[in-house]
Amino acid sequence: MQNLTLKELSEGLKQKKFSSLELTKFFLNRLDLHNSSINAFITIDKDKSLAMAKRADEIIKEGNQDYLTGIPIAQKDIFCAEGWKTTCGSKMLDNFIAPYDSTVISKFNAAGAVNLGKTNMDEFAMGSSNETSYYGNVKNPWDIKTVPGGSSGGSAAAVAGMLAPAATATDTGGSIRQPASLCGLTGLKPTYGLVSRYGMIAFASSLDQAGPMCHTAEDCAAMMNVMSGHDPKDSTSIEREKENYLTGINNSIKGLKIGVPKEFFSEGLDSEVEKIIEQGISEYKKLGAEIVEISLPNNHLSIPVYYVIAPAEASSNLSRYDGVRYGYRTKEYDDLMDMYCKTREEGFGDEVKRRIMIGTYVLSAGYYDAYYLKAQKIRRLISEDFKKAFEKCDVILGPSAPSVAFPIGDKKEDPLKMYMQDVYTISTNLAGLPGLSMPGGLMNNLPVGIQLIGNYFSEAKLLNIAHIFQTNTNWHNLTPEEFK
Amino acid sequence: MKFDNDEIKKIAHLARININENEAKKVSEKLEGILGLIDQMTEVNTDSIEPMAHALDITQPLREDKVTEVDMREKSLKLSNETDQSLFIVPRVIE
Repeated sequence: MQNLTLKELSEGLKQKKFSSLELTKFFLNRLDLHNSSINAFITIDKDKSLAMAKRADEIIKEGNQDYLTGIPIAQKDIFCAEGWKTTCGSKMLDNFIAPYDSTVISKFNAAGAVNLGKTNMDEFAMGSSNETSYYGNVKNPWDIKTVPGGSSGGSAAAVAGMLAPAATATDTGGSIRQPASLCGLTGLKPTYGLVSRYGMIAFASSLDQAGPMCHTAEDCAAMMNVMSGHDPKDSTSIEREKENYLTGINNSIKGLKIGVPKEFFSEGLDSEVEKIIEQGISEYKKLGAEIVEISLPNNHLSIPVYYVIAPAEASSNLSRYDGVRYGYRTKEYDDLMDMYCKTREEGFGDEVKRRIMIGTYVLSAGYYDAYYLKAQKIRRLISEDFKKAFEKCDVILGPSAPSVAFPIGDKKEDPLKMYMQDVYTISTNLAGLPGLSMPGGLMNNLPVGIQLIGNYFSEAKLLNIAHIFQTNTNWHNLTPEEFK
Repeated sequence: MKFDNDEIKKIAHLARININENEAKKVSEKLEGILGLIDQMTEVNTDSIEPMAHALDITQPLREDKVTEVDMREKSLKLSNETDQSLFIVPRVIE
């Protein structure tokens, strides 16, 4: 049962091969068996999940089943879910029971999906290895001595270990695509504004975007059908007609122009990873696509720009954690200022504190023009590069991450090395474009991801292009031995 | 970019984060490394380039001025460490 796709699970429920209650119990049982070895979940609440499953079975009995009705979905612990502990991977929110549902959670509830639990993540989504979580690091099911990537590492490990059929995730600089790459999954970061950010704990508001993490592109399409859509509660949510991402999933890709940016194959890319990406390019040629060389000359600046803009926005967003209205409050303090400073010293982890301080510095008097304004200008240059590239091609293809999963502890003490994990993903966030990662092969039995970047609102096309690859290859069906 | 002890403490204070003497040096080194990375931006000429504040060219939408929020007072107060009736309690600010 753990091997079934969302499509197969949906069919199985419809044909009464199993009930939602049976399905949910099955996955809760897998959590009992395997979660302790990979630490993918922060909160599991069996009673809540089972109650949702029973409700889903009623809906199915009444004949009102939607695609995801009755299917257990793991939810990243960044999404507020009413009555559920929602921590964002931080001690700061260890006692926070969300008093309302985020829009993403509401949509899954309305679709009759079952919340299987809240997945582990880097603290406030700041990290690329899941080692900054207050709840301990997540381990990669492909090799538990390695990291699953981050920040959506819990979601990635949960799906890769087949503890959940699918999961939600968020991506500010690569937090869906890099863990999808390291765990052998398909993950989509949609165009900025396509999925509502309401109730999704904010990191960098001009970059944050939620998306699905699944085994297949087709499953991601089914998830997007639920997650996307305009939301008046999020002022940056885009008002446009809702698409059905499954409709065109089988479209032919003959004549598709795939742009390959030479900057994505320069120094820093593991040569074995490069070979696997080249094999992916060959596969697309066989499928009738045309390959064109393109250039993204400012891509190398995306990391410096990101480490101004994201911390600046984070320093402002995270100022709300002051110990007054909710979250952690220090035990002993002299006055209000002392309470703020001690609460934040004790409640935040090192990486979060570093980023808040960088953000505070670049926004402080005398430095704003040199850092923040400069970064915003280069952000435009990076965005213009994509505009020019899409005059020559329909989609861009490259690696999702420079390497496969690395050993736990390998980069933890060196933030600069860690930041390089997102060298191929950050520019899409800065431009607001959609990006997808899908499995393209194995290197030393660890997955390698191929990234596809599309123009604004081209998610249906990206999913179609990935689906055609997956109907002709088998990489997405591979699973880690010990979790079969 | 080098931070001395006073500078790092000033930034920490602006960020409302306590930082002790032992940590200050370690934090300075890490922040200096990150700023070194950021300084790659200086190689780019950005004269006459319009800053990009947002990924998409959108304007803030307007809506009718009516109450849409539900009353969450009770639920919200329950989340706090210290409350008194309908108030959040903090240390005395005004003598």
